[in-house]
Amino acid sequence: MSDTKRTEMVEPTATSAVSADTTETLRDEPRGRTGLGRILLGRDAIMIYLLIATIVIAMISIPRFASPVTVGFLLLDVIPVLLIAMPMTLIIITGEIDLSVASIAGLTSALIGVLWQAGLDIGVVLVLGVVIGVAAGAMNGFLVAVVGLPSLAVTIGTLALFRGLALVVIGDNAVANFPPELTAFFTSKLGATGIPTVMIGVLLIIVVFGVLLHFTPFGRGLYALGFSKEAARFVGIHVARSKFWLYVASGGVSALAGIYWTLRYSSARSDNASGLELAVIAAVLLGGVSIFGGKGSIPGVVAGVLLIGTINYALRLGRVSDVVLIIVTGTLLIASVVAPSIVDAVKRRSHDRRVRRELPEPVGSGSVSA
Amino acid sequence: MTDTATPTPTPTPARSSRRRGVAALLHLRELPVAVALIALVLITYAANPLFLSPQGTKDLLLNATIMIILAVGQALVIITRNVDLSVGSILGLVAFGTGSLFANVPGIPIIAVFAIGLVFGAVLGAVNGLLVTVARVPALVITLGTLYIYRGLNNAWAGGTQYFADDRPEAFGALSVDTILGFPLITLLAVVVVIVVAIVMAGTRAGRDLYAIGSDPDAANLFGIPVGRRVFIAFAVNGVLAGLAGVLYASRFNSVGATTGTGLELDVVAAAVVGGVAIFGGSGSVAGAAIGAVLLTTITSALTALRVDKFWQQAIVGVLILAAIIIDRVASIRTARRLRISEARDV
Repeated sequence: MSDTKRTEMVEPTATSAVSADTTETLRDEPRGRTGLGRILLGRDAIMIYLLIATIVIAMISIPRFASPVTVGFLLLDVIPVLLIAMPMTLIIITGEIDLSVASIAGLTSALIGVLWQAGLDIGVVLVLGVVIGVAAGAMNGFLVAVVGLPSLAVTIGTLALFRGLALVVIGDNAVANFPPELTAFFTSKLGATGIPTVMIGVLLIIVVFGVLLHFTPFGRGLYALGFSKEAARFVGIHVARSKFWLYVASGGVSALAGIYWTLRYSSARSDNASGLELAVIAAVLLGGVSIFGGKGSIPGVVAGVLLIGTINYALRLGRVSDVVLIIVTGTLLIASVVAPSIVDAVKRRSHDRRVRRELPEPVGSGSVSA
Repeated sequence: MTDTATPTPTPTPARSSRRRGVAALLHLRELPVAVALIALVLITYAANPLFLSPQGTKDLLLNATIMIILAVGQALVIITRNVDLSVGSILGLVAFGTGSLFANVPGIPIIAVFAIGLVFGAVLGAVNGLLVTVARVPALVITLGTLYIYRGLNNAWAGGTQYFADDRPEAFGALSVDTILGFPLITLLAVVVVIVVAIVMAGTRAGRDLYAIGSDPDAANLFGIPVGRRVFIAFAVNGVLAGLAGVLYASRFNSVGATTGTGLELDVVAAAVVGGVAIFGGSGSVAGAAIGAVLLTTITSALTALRVDKFWQQAIVGVLILAAIIIDRVASIRTARRLRISEARDV
């Protein structure tokens, strides 16, 4: 609440004499807050506060929530979404989308199942699993970045194609006899903390993507790309190349998620992880990434993924029936996108009113209401 | 209205009107899909004549019916540069509602059930439309949210309950059994829907407005088109059609429950895209979307008739979607080039 007041105070000085259209872009830019204030009141921070509040409330009100077992199962459950959310964040920031991620995970799962059954060494099998994911991602990347087709349509197509190939590879069968020490490793915990061992790897991937997005020229370029492809090209960003590699990364990480899924449940099936793409996108958008591109951050997305995971887990522990959980996800998603635009609309109205009061004679195109 | 700016397959001003007619026909967006569909049916028929037996044809049409209706609604929304991912959930809710109406209100007239189903669908679609237009949030996000919410409501309402065909009057089930000239009644209903919506889209102001909005929402706004209202109506109509599909689903299939229609949304979008509806709006037609829906649903039966391993079906659907997008792309590049040349000549 104090957040909105504060911006209202700053806004008029920044934008009062500009025409209606440019106000819009300026409005989305840094709102006069700098340094610590900006970090502590930003969208990411709000997500993190929300996450912490949820955890605290859950710990108080649900008896068995505060335990290492909770931490373990909660994290084991969110890992696939968390993994795929990383490249998805980068892709959505560039203004594209990848709906084929869950199918790539399924294809990887099917392939490693069949290869393992064929008697290959497990190391080779896993490497081949990642390779097929990378190849699938490269195909998406080629069609979107090089040929220039709309990513939404392309990845709906490859969603069907990759899932179809998974069916071709493994059919109705399921492979379950993976090496026990390996499947045990995937569900093992770090000492008494309850944190799954694989979380170390997941954390590594999160850090890699976080650094890539926030601390490299490549990452800054992705934001520019999401705002305007033409402008990005003019300032020397390799638009096609950046997008291509993002899809490759998305394929590779989806393959990792597929491997995780297979070994965690020790079952390779063609329908593993099906429908996960929408859950991932919901979490990413909840984490503050704009579907139009150009906006979003890794910390926000991690908080978004964990928030959905925590709420689901807490409600399930609190004996709220499973059926309500899905409603919660949907409502959160809509609230997270509708709330800012309502706040925006209210702000714009009060801003317009103030401008009109201060400038009774409209100067030039100053107060044209869109 | 914004014809020159959009890559719609407007025929170039050719010399003679007859050549112009042929050219227009050859550049129809629906043509590749229609050709693919005819080829598929003919090849399958040649290999396995049972494919087009009266029973085979009837099955083909029945399978396509629900997808046709959904694809027509989706085309409306996509043409305005939006998308509705919640159709599978709307269908599920309405189908379950239909089942529970018949089970709990004995003797309710079928026409009343249809009316209630359509209104229910309209309300669900209107919620989407309202959220999209009032909050000005991308439809992809909103309808992803309502996909979950509607499905959750369906889960909460249905729980473990399922309604089976025995609960429903025979006349209702007969809708998808009886035929006129070999066409099942519900398929004829779908054809009527396609024709009506196609006429509205081609010949009325509101219909043309949808194309203008999809080509360039800002330009449409400046032009004086009530963008918000039109988009809202597109979503509401899509809801009505999804509701109709839901009622027909209850007629066609034995059981309706909490998971009815799950995962249908991407198939529907795929059908529209295969039918030549550009995913970024502004071009395509509902007839194309309907043909796309028939093609996608026919493939499954055709592959079975051709004794292709059933596991290949989905992969082939994927390839088909990609092919459709690429053909679309090539066509629009050619149209753009032709427009440029003809404009240069005219100037």
